[in-house]
Amino acid sequence: MKHLLTVADLDRGTATELLDEAERFEQALLGREVKKLPTLRGRTVMTVFYENSTRTRVSFEVAGKWMSADVINVSASSSSVSKGESLRDTALTLHAAGADALIVRHPASGAAHQIARWMEQWAREENRAAPSIINAGDGTHQHPTQALLDALTLRQRLGDIEGKRIVLVGDILHSRVARSNVILLNTLGAEVVLVAPRTLLPVGVEAWPCRVATSLDAELPGADAVMMLRVQAERMNGGFFPSAREYSINYGLSERRLGLLGDDAVVLHPGPMLRGMEIASAVADSPKAAVLQQVTNGVHMRMAVLFRLLVGTQEVAA
Amino acid sequence: MAVPERAAKTGAGETSQRHTPEWVAAGRELLSPSDVNRTVARIAHQIIEKTALDSGDADAPRVVLMGIPTRGTTLANRLAAKIEEFSGVRPALGSLDITLYRDDLRSRPHRPLERTSVPDGGIENALVVLVDDVLFSGRTVRSALDGLRDLGRPRAVQLAVLIDRGHRELPIRADYVGKNVPTSRAEDISVLLTEHDGHDGVYLHQEAQA
Repeated sequence: MKHLLTVADLDRGTATELLDEAERFEQALLGREVKKLPTLRGRTVMTVFYENSTRTRVSFEVAGKWMSADVINVSASSSSVSKGESLRDTALTLHAAGADALIVRHPASGAAHQIARWMEQWAREENRAAPSIINAGDGTHQHPTQALLDALTLRQRLGDIEGKRIVLVGDILHSRVARSNVILLNTLGAEVVLVAPRTLLPVGVEAWPCRVATSLDAELPGADAVMMLRVQAERMNGGFFPSAREYSINYGLSERRLGLLGDDAVVLHPGPMLRGMEIASAVADSPKAAVLQQVTNGVHMRMAVLFRLLVGTQEVAA
Repeated sequence: MAVPERAAKTGAGETSQRHTPEWVAAGRELLSPSDVNRTVARIAHQIIEKTALDSGDADAPRVVLMGIPTRGTTLANRLAAKIEEFSGVRPALGSLDITLYRDDLRSRPHRPLERTSVPDGGIENALVVLVDDVLFSGRTVRSALDGLRDLGRPRAVQLAVLIDRGHRELPIRADYVGKNVPTSRAEDISVLLTEHDGHDGVYLHQEAQA
């Protein structure tokens, strides 16, 4: 495995191995005084974020540092990107400066794929090794490490993923988290249900490996897990629903709705949460919510991904 | 937060070519099943004698057996059971995966991580006995020593191995050796344990696996 661009590239075996390895990293660091492994010593990992982020960037940085990699953070607003440098030039520059891996977040879908293609082409021409590209979110397309850490959290909370019913609620249209989760959860054998207003469902959703419903109340009693998605106002250019208040009443996870869930059901949210909008504050702080566990798992999951991509001789691409 | 152990990972463990029935059948038996049992018992007696863990002395160090996965962990389990049987004292047990500390990570294919577990009370000021199946170049033990340093500061570290086959590349020696086997580099040793391979035994092969 050279790059991690989409969860569609992960078969069930590989995905399960990555989840297992994330748990190994958790065990390896449990109760340690020195949270430092020498595994990536001498490797340079750069995060390149063209969009804001707290969780993803920080957990990649922590994951890299705990494995002794040198981690450098580049944000678009404080780099030459703001002077008009192209994506390709920025990526080549960072590789020339010594990056072994680029962790990329970009508002355009397919940006990470494009960088990986440029890098592979450049590496062939120069006869050098291309850096590994990790997609940390591209537009409304994919966010693979988020889906992996969600799967890890679900597996820990539910014991298994196979046969479990996972309900994704909210702004599916703009959500790369939803797209990645639908694919990965399907790969891992879960039953996925989407609940959203029609206006926030993408064209072609019928072809996805999941069921679509519109009533949240009807889906909650049978759900093993609910994943609440943020309404992504920054990607919206029109009226997708009449008012935030109406959206919250129809699709928000209120305390009343929390009561509809089974005793062992778990509530996930990829963050950032808008308390009072898609999730009530009391629900976000309830024992059913796994939001902070998701963040902790995110660090271990990203360690497993860096380990997989940066360690070992790469097999020849098929 | 409960982390359920994956059932699939506790089963057969590592299945390299070294442990397949065909490969074993081609080798020469060095230790029979009863030899393995006797050897583990002898090492257990030696650990009791050398560490005086049953002396009841308040100054005696706490003994922690740390197995190196996969078969070192299994041997450590067996040693702990024998030590308890012979002395009435059960030493603390742990497992230390050294994959993340290897010095050949860049030159070898990706390998899966194994379980690391530190016993309650940690290894601080304890007498740690590292346990592995075969001592060869010493690089695994070096990696384990690096790993231990990150877990705490033991009072002392000792090394117990079932087989010492020579060819050290580092200044490392074992404190407890089941059997010294002079080998050539072209030869290979396989250690089979019931928990992984269905039966106990140690075999020598004339040709190392590729």
